[in-house]
Amino acid sequence: MNNAVHQPQTIVVLGGRSDIARAIVTELASPALRRVVLAVRDPSAADTAGYLDPSAGAGHDVEVDAIEFDATDPASHEPLIERLVAEYGDLDVVVQAFGQLGAPGLDDPVASAELATVNFTGAVSSGLAVARQLRRQGHGTLVVLSSVAGVRTRASNFVYGSTKAGQDAFATGLGHALHGSGARVMTVRPGFVRSSMTAGMDEAPFSTDPAEVGAAVANGLRRGSDVVWVPGVLRFVFGLLRFAPGFVWRKLDR
Amino acid sequence: MRRARVELSGWGRTAPSVGTLVDVAPGELRDGSVKVDDLIRGGDGDDGRGAIARGRGRAYGDPAQNGGGAVVRLGPGAIVLDDARGTVTVGAGVSLDELLRHLVPRGWFVPVTPGTRFVTVGGCIASDIHGKNHHVDGSFGAHVDALTMLLADGTLVSITPESDAELWWATLGGMGLTGLIVDATVRLIPIETSRCMVDTERVPNLDSLIQRMETGDEHYRYSVAWIDLVARGAALGRSVLTRGDHATLDDLADISRGAEGDPLAFAPGTLADVPPGVPNVLNRLAVRAFNEVWYRKAPAQHRSVESITGFFHPLDMVGSWNRLYGRAGFLQYQFVVPFEATDTLREIVDRVASSGHASFLAVLKRFGPESGGMLSFPTPGWTLTLDLPAGASGLDRLIADLDRLVLGVGGRHYLAKDATATPDVIRAGYPRLDEWRAVRRRVDPDHRWASDQARRLDLL
Repeated sequence: MNNAVHQPQTIVVLGGRSDIARAIVTELASPALRRVVLAVRDPSAADTAGYLDPSAGAGHDVEVDAIEFDATDPASHEPLIERLVAEYGDLDVVVQAFGQLGAPGLDDPVASAELATVNFTGAVSSGLAVARQLRRQGHGTLVVLSSVAGVRTRASNFVYGSTKAGQDAFATGLGHALHGSGARVMTVRPGFVRSSMTAGMDEAPFSTDPAEVGAAVANGLRRGSDVVWVPGVLRFVFGLLRFAPGFVWRKLDR
Repeated sequence: MRRARVELSGWGRTAPSVGTLVDVAPGELRDGSVKVDDLIRGGDGDDGRGAIARGRGRAYGDPAQNGGGAVVRLGPGAIVLDDARGTVTVGAGVSLDELLRHLVPRGWFVPVTPGTRFVTVGGCIASDIHGKNHHVDGSFGAHVDALTMLLADGTLVSITPESDAELWWATLGGMGLTGLIVDATVRLIPIETSRCMVDTERVPNLDSLIQRMETGDEHYRYSVAWIDLVARGAALGRSVLTRGDHATLDDLADISRGAEGDPLAFAPGTLADVPPGVPNVLNRLAVRAFNEVWYRKAPAQHRSVESITGFFHPLDMVGSWNRLYGRAGFLQYQFVVPFEATDTLREIVDRVASSGHASFLAVLKRFGPESGGMLSFPTPGWTLTLDLPAGASGLDRLIADLDRLVLGVGGRHYLAKDATATPDVIRAGYPRLDEWRAVRRRVDPDHRWASDQARRLDLL
């Protein structure tokens, strides 16, 4: 249960290796935080001891655990959430942070489908499993890390973009479906984020870093936002770009 | 019995959750037409989330909400006054407002009233509430003779401190987690009039306030000080001390104005209602201005006749005043520290005043002896209550600092106000928590009574 100043006690990260999720957890760390559960493909490789920056706001020992999670196995998602609840109680914030980046092109149908399986199918099954528990407990927020790449897909990464578009549409729709249940969904649309996932890639305009996303998410949770853009200006940038004529849009995608 | 799925929060309007509100009449519990299973299964078939009682929703945080589970509201029961013994047997769902409207014209007053009439008798017992007379009369629980409770196993039992001491002392202050209180027999205070004789004095700073309360409180049944927590420097802790007693007929005879009409007349009304959607108007500037005017207009020293509402429940004159804090809501921070910890008290007042967080008037009061409730809040010492807008940034750090200071001198926090404590903070403040848990294991082994607060604070 969050306290009166929006501090969660239990945070679950689906995709526990995400730099952005870690920055979010760092922002949400407070004396109220009791445990963080990292759902990852390989729990034995997770650095649970070093996960939380000691200078973050917890000021006490926070239990950090890792648990096995396979985004490509939808049938495992509901049992996983049930196991988490049996062990840790109510889930206050669940961050859906897993995903693959990649730019399979016109000739990669198999790799493209794999990307869709992780980024979209996995998001749907795990999102519904989380939503079921949040409804059951009557409170809690699912934070979905979407991307501006899904707002309007680009030639250079349209497969990735389309998976994020699907995830984004699923998340906002889920939020509407959960209205009145006490469960909430917050969709986060960052621009290019400098992180280990994007290392070596060319930066796009309005790029940001995990810390900025973390702060924006924490702020969004305090305000009860449904959608958060990072940086905030992207809301207006994409408000225009969405309607740019095709030849302009293609030109922008160098 | 009626059920509805609704979002609920406390009076501070923070941290809501959605549960199933179950309205039940006391008669339905007595005749067995509604069983404990019906209440607990309120959550749309979602088992395991339990049930908690809710009165008028005046606890500030989350003790009377239960996300995903049932929240039981007991309808008003009978009010049976025993004039000869000076007691009343009253349904737990009856509010002090309803009770006082019945009692005052008949020459009786509740033994303890908090700052609002809009709390139920059940809530008064579950939170073992206190009032301005704690230094003389103790908490509400000290005036209860008997309780009827619905237990987790479905039995309806009558208990007294003698019949089941464990359950009794776990229930006073037990936040509704030992069972559903159905009715209570409460000892009353006889009154001759519905007025109070009140002495008001303006006090320039905290040190002089502490000194005046230490030496003068014993002469009054009721005593409380309102502190300006925005003033700093030499004016740190400047306050208005109000102390009084129920006015006698002789008192009123001396003052012609008060003697007009029925001396026991009692018909409190509301002056205004705050509409929904108001933004936070209690920002630092507004609070500073208000506190300044309020302090200046208080008389240096003055005796007056006041109504019950004016003296005990002034905020009840403004309906839904909690909306004045806007969407983000607010929290009320209340703690007690031992009498000897005046340095800590001063440090806390100083911290709050210099924090930049606007606290509308704060209240300082001296507590008398404990009631004996295992989780009862009052313990001898100074209790300070302050309201803080919940949306302000940095509030979490201020609260963490205050928590440390309070616990450092052996103080504790009030569960009926709590909205930010951690399990560690409550454990440190309540040395009898394990004893209370043991009683709970006896009367509710399957955790059928539960609340958001109980889960948040790991009470169960």
